[in-house]
Amino acid sequence: MSGPSDYQPSNPALQWLERRLPILGLMHSSFVVYPTPRNLNYWWTFGAILSFMLGMQILTGVILAMHYTPHADLAFKSVELLVRDVNYGWLLRNMHACGASMFFFAVYIHMLRGLYYGSYKEPREVLWILGVIIYLLMMATGFMGYVLPWGQMSFWGATVITNLFSAIPYVGESIVTLLWGGYSVGNPTLNRFFSLHYLLPFLIAGVVVLHVWALHVAGQNNPDGVEPKTEKDTVPFTPHATIKDGFGVACFLLLYAWFIFYMPNYLGDADNYIPANPGVTPPHIVPEWYYLPFYAILRSIPNKLAGVIGMFSAIIILCFLPWLDAAKTRSSKYRPLAKQFFWIFVAVCILLGYLGAQPPEGIYVIAGRILTFCYFAYFLIVLPLLSRIETPRPVPNSISEAILAKSGKAVASVAVMLVAAGALFLGSMQDARASEGSDKPPGNKWSFAGPFGKYDRGALQRGLKVYKEVCASCHGLSYVAFRNLSEAGGPGYSVAQAAAFASEYKVKDGPNDAGDMFERPGRPADYFPSPFPNEQAARAANGGAAPPDLSLITKARSYGRGFPMFIVDFFTQFQEQGPDYVSALLQGFEDKVPEGVTIPEGSYYNKYFPGHAIKMPKPLNDGQVTYDDGSPTTVAQYAKDVTTFLMWTAEPHMEARKRLGFQVFVFLILFAGLMYFTKKKVWASSH
Amino acid sequence: MNPDASTIAAGAPIEVDLSPVAEGQDIKVFWRGKPIYISHRTKKQIDEARAVNVASLPDPQTDEARVKSGHEQWLVVIGICTHLGCIPIAHEGNYDGFFCPCHGSQYDSSGRIRQGPAPANLPVPPYTFVSDTKIQIG
Repeated sequence: MSGPSDYQPSNPALQWLERRLPILGLMHSSFVVYPTPRNLNYWWTFGAILSFMLGMQILTGVILAMHYTPHADLAFKSVELLVRDVNYGWLLRNMHACGASMFFFAVYIHMLRGLYYGSYKEPREVLWILGVIIYLLMMATGFMGYVLPWGQMSFWGATVITNLFSAIPYVGESIVTLLWGGYSVGNPTLNRFFSLHYLLPFLIAGVVVLHVWALHVAGQNNPDGVEPKTEKDTVPFTPHATIKDGFGVACFLLLYAWFIFYMPNYLGDADNYIPANPGVTPPHIVPEWYYLPFYAILRSIPNKLAGVIGMFSAIIILCFLPWLDAAKTRSSKYRPLAKQFFWIFVAVCILLGYLGAQPPEGIYVIAGRILTFCYFAYFLIVLPLLSRIETPRPVPNSISEAILAKSGKAVASVAVMLVAAGALFLGSMQDARASEGSDKPPGNKWSFAGPFGKYDRGALQRGLKVYKEVCASCHGLSYVAFRNLSEAGGPGYSVAQAAAFASEYKVKDGPNDAGDMFERPGRPADYFPSPFPNEQAARAANGGAAPPDLSLITKARSYGRGFPMFIVDFFTQFQEQGPDYVSALLQGFEDKVPEGVTIPEGSYYNKYFPGHAIKMPKPLNDGQVTYDDGSPTTVAQYAKDVTTFLMWTAEPHMEARKRLGFQVFVFLILFAGLMYFTKKKVWASSH
Repeated sequence: MNPDASTIAAGAPIEVDLSPVAEGQDIKVFWRGKPIYISHRTKKQIDEARAVNVASLPDPQTDEARVKSGHEQWLVVIGICTHLGCIPIAHEGNYDGFFCPCHGSQYDSSGRIRQGPAPANLPVPPYTFVSDTKIQIG
């Protein structure tokens, strides 16, 4: 993309093509001989990582769309079934959902790198603004994608975010109606979000082409911020940058795979495993972590319209950055004051992200206001002022000179700082899942925890028995089919045993030729029948509280781990908040209500239930279910078994996930190692 | 991109029978996909709503203007927080009215905003009394 190419293919067929469409020459000049500064560090590989992530999201997204049903009544179920039934559906979904987070993680690093090294300065203003446009499109795409699974957070996130537009004077309400296609968030909203979620990534890809074009016209910036002057200052893109980017991508994949295979729900919200319910608002509506800083800005401004304007200006202000910061020196490496303020700004963003996940009360509101001020002050006061008062250190004359003078200062410290900060930021939303005023469930030793965790077959079979004899009278298990009982990674029944188990159930079928519904014995393909025909019936029969479906209960319940545990959890792969809670709840019934707690008529005291008043009476008693294998028939054992069983119903492919994860990690570590040594070899002559 | 014909048709007025709602109770019905709270207010709640100095409210409106005269015990409001659209919980908060769990807005027993980030009172949907115990919303 930088001028006419003198590339001549040797193959006659390619020569023929090249004379008519010089696409090979374009590729050759853009990605092979393109001169790239010699002194680029690893922060510059994030461009390639982002391109890779965009490709990954589009690829997995297109396949997911083949199995997804964009309808308010079916969307949640179609996502759940694609995870369970589609070949490697769980992998596709994890790749896409975690991919969105990794995409944003990479884009934030990419943006901060641009900020630190002054990559937005003349002559790269348009390049920078195109980047901001991509970021805005990404935010819109990410938001609409989060709505598609139609869980509680999807629905309420959509409600809160679309309502932002109602703050616009005069036309606000009509804009919101236009977004909804109805009088509230509903099926038409879901349909148009699906359509747009499919469209926007291709728009992003288009703007990325412009972004790369602008980059190749202006040339890449570099850590020293001096333009390449001679040929000695640059190296050809291939193989130097290609192999370095390849190594960067491989390292990034390791982090990505950690989430896909071991922590798929770490960045998500447990509430999103509850189907959308327009009549119930979750106690804390928290957006995805990558929107949290902006959400914090929105909430810290007490006026609604001003809050919305503040939130959007926090992003739009980036467009004006090239003109707000008029300093001649590009790189903060040579700007002692700008460097310090940059790190303060990073800290402000991370803290804002943390506050975005906290309930809006007391000290959090005040802190949010101060930090919002700091955020804008960085752009509107600090940067313009610095460019006037700061005396930068002398900049090297050329890139080659900078490399010779390189002190060998490790970037490692910066990297460690960033990773720690990132982990804090990523995990900050975990805090939002507070289990207000309830005791935290005690930890358990689960057979399925950790990177090599497997379900205890005996516990699964006993748990199924407990479910069938106790829970099933009130709770459904509607996403689990009888055939699942014989599938690998499950309770380990044979196909015949599963069929026999199914035939003990009566399943409603029809209509027959006479037009009547009839009952027949269950088949392996049938799903566990629910005890109540609909939610209203369940509600009416249980004193106003509908017993939830248990298929996903261990993933739909959680409790706050608090700081700093959620950071530790990232490294220890702790994912068992749900099972801990379910097991604790089953054992948390107490006859004696503690003083100061009043339990309404028809409710029971439970130590671990949020609010302590639960409508479910104590379900398990010692000796209630007989075990054939000699396991103790105690409440503790029942709770453990049934929780293990419910973990399996929530994630039937967990064993496959962890097994494949291990293989992927072995491959990626070897691959990254090979890439590293290849890179060293390629760059040996250039340092 | 505006609502299609079927969506508009489904948004036609609905009738609600009030006779089963006892004093101090409230019911939630859905109209146009929005929850409508119908509260059978107690004497205390009505007195509280009327004793307030209207000028001191963030969105000044008298209780009389928000209910139908002759049916002061009935408060009918759209149960959507005017801040960002969450559903407030009835009979919670410091004002004997509604409390929004999302961002902490509090409404009084007349559905008027008293505290928190919400800019306006809970809107009153268009409704009329068909008889003493039945209303038509819409």
